Amino acid sequence: MLNFFVLLVAHVYFFLIQLKAYGHPGIALARSAEEPAAPSTEDGESSHQHGGGGYRIVQWEWSYVQTPYIIASWLLVASVAKILFHFSQRFTTAVPESCMLILLGLVLGAVVLIASKKQPYQLDPGLFFLFLLPTIVGDAGYFMPARLFFDNLGAILLYAVVGTLWNAFCTGFCLYGVKMAGVIVNAGLMDFLLFGALISAVDPVAVLAVFEEVHVNETLFIIVFGESLVNDAVTVVLYKVYISFVEVGPGNVHTADYFKGIASFLIVSIGGTLVGLIFAVILAFVTRFTKKVRIIEPLFVFLLVYLAYLTAELFSLSAILSMTFCGIGCKKYVEANISQKSRTTVKYTMKTLASIAETIIFIFLGISAVDKSKWAWDTGLVVSTLIFILVFRAMGVVGQTWFLNWFRLVPLDKIDQVVMSYGGLRGAVAFALVVLLDKEQVKAKDYFVATTIVVVFFTVMFQGLTIKPLVKWLKVPRSTNRKPTINEEIHERAFDHILTAVEDIAGLNGYHHWRDKWEQFDKNYLSKLLLRKSVYHKSELWEAYQKINIRDAISVIDQGGNVLTSARLSLPSMASRTSFPEVTNVTNYLRENGSGVCLDLQVIDTVPGAKIEEELETHHVLAGNLYKPRRRYQSHYSRHFMTVGEKERQDREVFQRNMHNRLESFKSTRYKRHKKDRSQKKAIAQNYTNDKPRRNVSWQDKAVVPVAPEEDKHDPSEPDKDDDVGITFVARKAPETPKERPKSAALDVCQSPVAAPPSPTCGEKNLPWKSGVGSLPPCVSVEATKIIPIDLQQAWNQSISSLESLASPPAPPEPQHPRVSALSRLGGPLRTPAKGKSSGGGGAGSGSNTGSPSSGQFKFPTGKEEEEEGALSQQQQEMQPLMSSLRPPPPPPPPPAAQSAGKRRNPCVYLRSLVTVPPSGAEPQSRRPTQL
Amino acid sequence: MGSRASSLLREEDIEEIKKETGFSHSQITRLYSRFHSLDKGENGALSREDFQRIPELAINPLGDRIINAFFPEGEDQVNFRGFMRTLAHFRPVEDNEKNKDLTSGEPLNSRTNKLHFAFQLYDLDRDDKISRDELLQVLRMMVGVNISDEQLGSIADRTIQEADTNGDMCISFSEFTKVLEKVDVEQKMSIRFLH
Repeated sequence: MLNFFVLLVAHVYFFLIQLKAYGHPGIALARSAEEPAAPSTEDGESSHQHGGGGYRIVQWEWSYVQTPYIIASWLLVASVAKILFHFSQRFTTAVPESCMLILLGLVLGAVVLIASKKQPYQLDPGLFFLFLLPTIVGDAGYFMPARLFFDNLGAILLYAVVGTLWNAFCTGFCLYGVKMAGVIVNAGLMDFLLFGALISAVDPVAVLAVFEEVHVNETLFIIVFGESLVNDAVTVVLYKVYISFVEVGPGNVHTADYFKGIASFLIVSIGGTLVGLIFAVILAFVTRFTKKVRIIEPLFVFLLVYLAYLTAELFSLSAILSMTFCGIGCKKYVEANISQKSRTTVKYTMKTLASIAETIIFIFLGISAVDKSKWAWDTGLVVSTLIFILVFRAMGVVGQTWFLNWFRLVPLDKIDQVVMSYGGLRGAVAFALVVLLDKEQVKAKDYFVATTIVVVFFTVMFQGLTIKPLVKWLKVPRSTNRKPTINEEIHERAFDHILTAVEDIAGLNGYHHWRDKWEQFDKNYLSKLLLRKSVYHKSELWEAYQKINIRDAISVIDQGGNVLTSARLSLPSMASRTSFPEVTNVTNYLRENGSGVCLDLQVIDTVPGAKIEEELETHHVLAGNLYKPRRRYQSHYSRHFMTVGEKERQDREVFQRNMHNRLESFKSTRYKRHKKDRSQKKAIAQNYTNDKPRRNVSWQDKAVVPVAPEEDKHDPSEPDKDDDVGITFVARKAPETPKERPKSAALDVCQSPVAAPPSPTCGEKNLPWKSGVGSLPPCVSVEATKIIPIDLQQAWNQSISSLESLASPPAPPEPQHPRVSALSRLGGPLRTPAKGKSSGGGGAGSGSNTGSPSSGQFKFPTGKEEEEEGALSQQQQEMQPLMSSLRPPPPPPPPPAAQSAGKRRNPCVYLRSLVTVPPSGAEPQSRRPTQL
Repeated sequence: MGSRASSLLREEDIEEIKKETGFSHSQITRLYSRFHSLDKGENGALSREDFQRIPELAINPLGDRIINAFFPEGEDQVNFRGFMRTLAHFRPVEDNEKNKDLTSGEPLNSRTNKLHFAFQLYDLDRDDKISRDELLQVLRMMVGVNISDEQLGSIADRTIQEADTNGDMCISFSEFTKVLEKVDVEQKMSIRFLH
């Protein structure tokens, strides 16, 4: 099957080639000026096109779209190839993607070669260095774990500089020695040294491609990968120095030139780093001011990082170093400055580009290898090069590690050394460099090309294939890919401070001492300059906290549909979710101080419930709006009709109440478990539009909970009442935080937490049967509801929908429209009596609940108001027990999650004020549920 | 000065400290000279003021807590033995020590002891539990003034929730160990003492 796909891809490719025959050869992706044939063919074609005379309905505009078309097709082929590889699970676990891509490239190259007798495509160095490499390096630099990188900077620098030099010289001299023995092709010492320089550098692209799939522990990875990035400076300098030596001839090299070489190395490496850092500062500074133009934030990141690369190239400094350090340097500030969306955009765009660039590079490597005219084979050279590379790499690693371990806190053991030696992969950089050689000066270029191809293929394919089993066999510690929990964030920070202090006490100016110095500097100057004011004043720990919360939220949501099962769901960062602390005031604080995104775990937990509620609500809204005219109509005549349908309605009402009871009790128990949701409301509100339900929840938590314990004692049926009370409470609460938004303005749609309070009511109260909620004893006990959730919920939804679909009058026109306000106005006068009732007749309680609301609904044309009244009175009744008995609820049990909250502020006072003076805006919504 | 300082140190003492802490001879003499230079009173013991005179420690948010950790409970002097005992917590775990553990008691630089040192910094009242208030205090020290009490409170709450397995709203030492079990404490609580 895979073969088939490969063939298919090959055909596509072939087709492209054929098409290309009409255009200029090799234009695809080849932007270098090495395409002499281009202009002429194009002319010819255009003349052909316009020579036909007359108007042609369909024109063949190939020359017009050719370049982008071929590029796009290439990308498509590469992407499809990737998809295909991942079809076979068994395959991809065993074979690295890079191997597959090279093989694909070989196949494609062979097909093309057979078809067109010449090889039009090569991995063009210009294309590679200007476009493909930067995308990969940019991604690598930007997402480089900075702390890890600097923790191991010493090792990285040593391996990159000393190790690369060692490899280059040894390989070069030994090859020369072998040549002296007469075994291999004839070339000068400088040629061999040049070849040694370009073949000895570990390649970032190959290392990334292979190591990403191997998942060795992060220290090992960062050392090898960091080395592959940083050694660019060495490679560049050696390459250029040798090229110039070759040009002037070995005889004309003076001693001064060697020193110039060393100076050049310093300039290239330090200069490159500086350029990168300068651009990092510019980038960070620019993103300080993008608040109004968030949309182009990602563009700035791409452009400036890329410019860092190009600028370094411009001054022939180390471009990879420049880009890497630009990425590392700017990330902290940029990430803090730009918006969450921009962060995501940057991340995915970079990853996409890097991935596609990598794919193209490997495919091109495969294709390039096919063309036999470009290389010449020398077995001796190939074999000895391979041996030297492996041997010197191993020797270099062992020697340097021995030296390093004197200074390392955590020594690199033998296994690490083996992996590091074996992971010294060569790749496309070497190939591009060798292709760049001038054949006039380096006579043995063709041999070198062949050898390089073999070396690259051997390291990427053979070593890439075998490194996984090797790592497994050696039991190299793997990376866990685990995100730190809040505990780890905090305690590791503490560890840092502790270590710094201990170093200071012990009088050692060690790593921690300097890191601390740097952090002071960063905090006092750099961050002040590069961070937005608003961001600067945020605490890093707080950011980390929010990040963790968001991550949890996303993971919960990702885990998706079966929200109700969230009880079983365990988050990685949440060791024990069963034990919830008593309600803390955290959420209040969060809400009030309006801190941006603050998702709390618990909040997330409520998402499931929220979804359901939302569905319910949507359903109601729809039903309400759809049936509204009719309903109204009916309500006018309700008296007449009522008699007819009374019995039926009664039944339905009973059923509805029953169901509602279950739902309510279920909800309340669920929500109580997660108390902190309120804080998240905001966060979620920002992220997702459908936050209403959640808000409700939170309100319930706060307000309801205090009541709950009491209720339980008095009457088993109370959970529902709790909710009601809670809702009322919410409504009341709104005035406390007036800043957020005018309540009246936003009915259901209101996003702000304050406005939200009403919505809770809508969510639950919307249900027509809401009025009757309290009356029936809950069918499901609190404990039971925890277990039941899903089925119950489904059944519940179904029943509701079926009921509503009957076009039954009870499905009230939902509250969400202007009518509500009108209603509230109407209801004004009626309310007062209700108040009186409530205050007076708490005792009527359960008995009256069942009967009164329903009757009220149907008898009066103004049924809604009536209902509201009923609801109000009901609520009051419910609260009655509370009010009468002010004793604080027993502290511990989980269901009364809000207890603590209750303790803090006397719930009864709030409740009463609520009932008596309902805010006009909130009221209608709370009423909504009860209408009809 | 190093030589003068070490001359004040008797060989027997060095041997004992060596046995107790695992520091090498040269490390002990080197640290003794540091100890000596900190000891402005020249009485062979350090007071809190001696520590507070270290300029970097003054800006370290946890500086006071760490200074306290050097002093045995109820005392305000620490001699060289005590000084070394505390520092020994931060000695990296060496390969040959990993195996030795089983035979000769737990060395000061074991994972547990490192964690316990950190734990003590939080646990002001030494009841072997980090309460919410204690956590808040440390958090406040570490994050500075850029964060509101509420935010800090929510962080503390979540932290405790995450770690708390028995529902007592505190982090016990076992919970503390558990929550950091995936962290490479041996590495992250070690510094490199010069040989």
